[in-house]
Amino acid sequence: MAHDTLYAQPQEPQGPAPGRGGGRLAAVLRRWDTTVVLGLIAVVVGAALLVDGFATGRNAEFLLLDAVAIGLVALPMTLIVVTGEIDLSVASTLGLCSAVMGQLWLSGWPLELIVPAAVALGAVLGAVNGLFVTGFGLPSLAVTIGTLAAYRGLAFVVLGDQAVADFPGEWTDAAVGTVPGGALPWAMVGTALLAVVFGILLHATPPGRELYAIGSNAEAARFSGIAVARRKFWLFVASGAVSGLAGVYWTLRYASARADNGEGLELAVVAAVLLGGVSIFGGRGTLAGVCAGVLLLGTLRNALQLADVPSDTLDIVTGSLLIASVVVPNAVVLLRARLGRPRSGSAPPPRPGNAP
Amino acid sequence: MKRPVEGTAHPRSGARRVWAARELGVLLALALLVAVTAADNSRFLSAQSIRDVLLSASILMVLAVGQTVVVVTRNIDLSVGSVLGLTAFATGKLFVAAPGTPILLAVLAGVGLGALCGLLNGALVAAARVPALVITLGTLYVLRGIDHSWASGEQINAADMPRSFLDLGTATLLGVPVLALLAAAVLVVVAVWLSSYRSGRELYAIGSEPAAARLAGIAVGRRVFTAFLVSGALAGLAGVLHAARYGTVDATVGTGLELQVVAAVVVGGVAIFGGSGTAWGAALGALLLATIGSSLAVLRVDPFWQQAVVGALILAAIGLDRLLAARMAARAVRSQGRAREGTSHGA
Repeated sequence: MAHDTLYAQPQEPQGPAPGRGGGRLAAVLRRWDTTVVLGLIAVVVGAALLVDGFATGRNAEFLLLDAVAIGLVALPMTLIVVTGEIDLSVASTLGLCSAVMGQLWLSGWPLELIVPAAVALGAVLGAVNGLFVTGFGLPSLAVTIGTLAAYRGLAFVVLGDQAVADFPGEWTDAAVGTVPGGALPWAMVGTALLAVVFGILLHATPPGRELYAIGSNAEAARFSGIAVARRKFWLFVASGAVSGLAGVYWTLRYASARADNGEGLELAVVAAVLLGGVSIFGGRGTLAGVCAGVLLLGTLRNALQLADVPSDTLDIVTGSLLIASVVVPNAVVLLRARLGRPRSGSAPPPRPGNAP
Repeated sequence: MKRPVEGTAHPRSGARRVWAARELGVLLALALLVAVTAADNSRFLSAQSIRDVLLSASILMVLAVGQTVVVVTRNIDLSVGSVLGLTAFATGKLFVAAPGTPILLAVLAGVGLGALCGLLNGALVAAARVPALVITLGTLYVLRGIDHSWASGEQINAADMPRSFLDLGTATLLGVPVLALLAAAVLVVVAVWLSSYRSGRELYAIGSEPAAARLAGIAVGRRVFTAFLVSGALAGLAGVLHAARYGTVDATVGTGLELQVVAAVVVGGVAIFGGSGTAWGAALGALLLATIGSSLAVLRVDPFWQQAVVGALILAAIGLDRLLAARMAARAVRSQGRAREGTSHGA
């Protein structure tokens, strides 16, 4: 992907906001991630009013438990996509860590050791991705499609098609436990804390800000002294470790270690990240937008399921939202250009769709 | 009409040698795999066994050839698995509704439906000017959702389809499966178009450097649109072939196939960032992936290893591609006597 950023027109550093002027508030309102947050609020309010059984503690609990795995993996994914790379191997990393967890449990390891081992394994798998991308200079899209297949394959090699399901009850209960007196699962509290950490890292520290520079123009970033390769390498390590953690959560939540755990999750994560307003070309997007994107998709799915919309047809909603998230901002820009309202220093017209 | 686009920035001989090397590498890997497997069990080379491999490769091959057309323009079509699923189901539905439908008409209907899906992708990518990865990930979900809501759990069985149509999936002509012949015909047409026609060559120019292609007067939007149309139509054809070959169709057909297709294309030496690679290579990649499946079974390797091997193969293929690109760049520097950075090949 880094290759492609050579052609990326540097745009405003954050958010696809095409407009200028009108004050700070107007600028915030025009940003895509604000739209997603407003959409999330609208969906929650609408569902609470219209859908029976949505606004109950039990349902909120399930909704949040379902959002944890995607939410976790989406955090490092956001940072990776901001640098103009992508990691499609996350779901396979999750599956391999889950399978190894099951195998270690079978061979008598205590869970106190298995859990850190699974996260460490995730970090190693991420480091392999990072090595291929930064060390050998290969495109991350191709590398992680390769490791997507490789890691999933290894998961089957490790555990075959069996399921390990005899994890101790106190651990599996802990994975779905809630804060006393509320519908808020502890797992979501942990995810939220991690989101804050990643948010501060991305938005408020120099290394985080450098990621935007890398995503806007890797070449220029390198010349201004940013250790591009090293930053990217550690992002892939983080992505692997968090995916490993998500694997631990997945295994305990469903009380089942299987090689096919989380299959296909990578596309859901990428969809949530892109819906949250992160540009696939890198250099743009906020973590808050991604969190809203994850919750928006989760809430919609949950509300429509409660409203007896067949779960399979929900794909139409997911896909349409994803397409709308890129088409609408572009259409607005094109429309403004067509209406002939020249604005000084306006964002350049969107680039042709010339990159995966 | 012929206008080679590559080779202008590099010595022709060097460039050509690398193209050859890309496909040759896959061919060698394939030959090695077949040799090792046949050495272990000579029946692997029996006519029946070869037919089986060809049959299982031909659908993937059609998809890989279509994907190549899109990938050389530095785009990607992730929706092919969903398009295949949708057309496979539509074909089944067509035969349920009108059992007497001529086979040719059913094939054309499938190709047409696929082309319609490709039109949707192409229009969104080329006209709305948004990245193909995002759009086709979106249509992957949308088309799959349409498939599911249309089928609503229904399954179409072999009994619902005419015998003559199902025969298409198993019939042979002079000992070669008809499905494989169809795939080969598609391959030849697309490969010749890509290599020898102006509109095909322009796809490479677009993939090498879209901005330069535009300045050179190439209708980038229209060409990219065409590429998606071709990819969609071929995915539609693959859907019809899938229905004929397997006889049982439900809404989950082709789920996750897109990654296998991209894998075949990448293994076949088509650079994921456009501008290089051939349909021949992609087809060889598809054939290699299909052969791995059969030969691991013959070699009595735990079938669970198959996916891991495919993953390793993808990494090896892009690594090799990188190596060749680096060599070619070094040769270009030597022969031209001046540094040339950022060659667009093999990125």
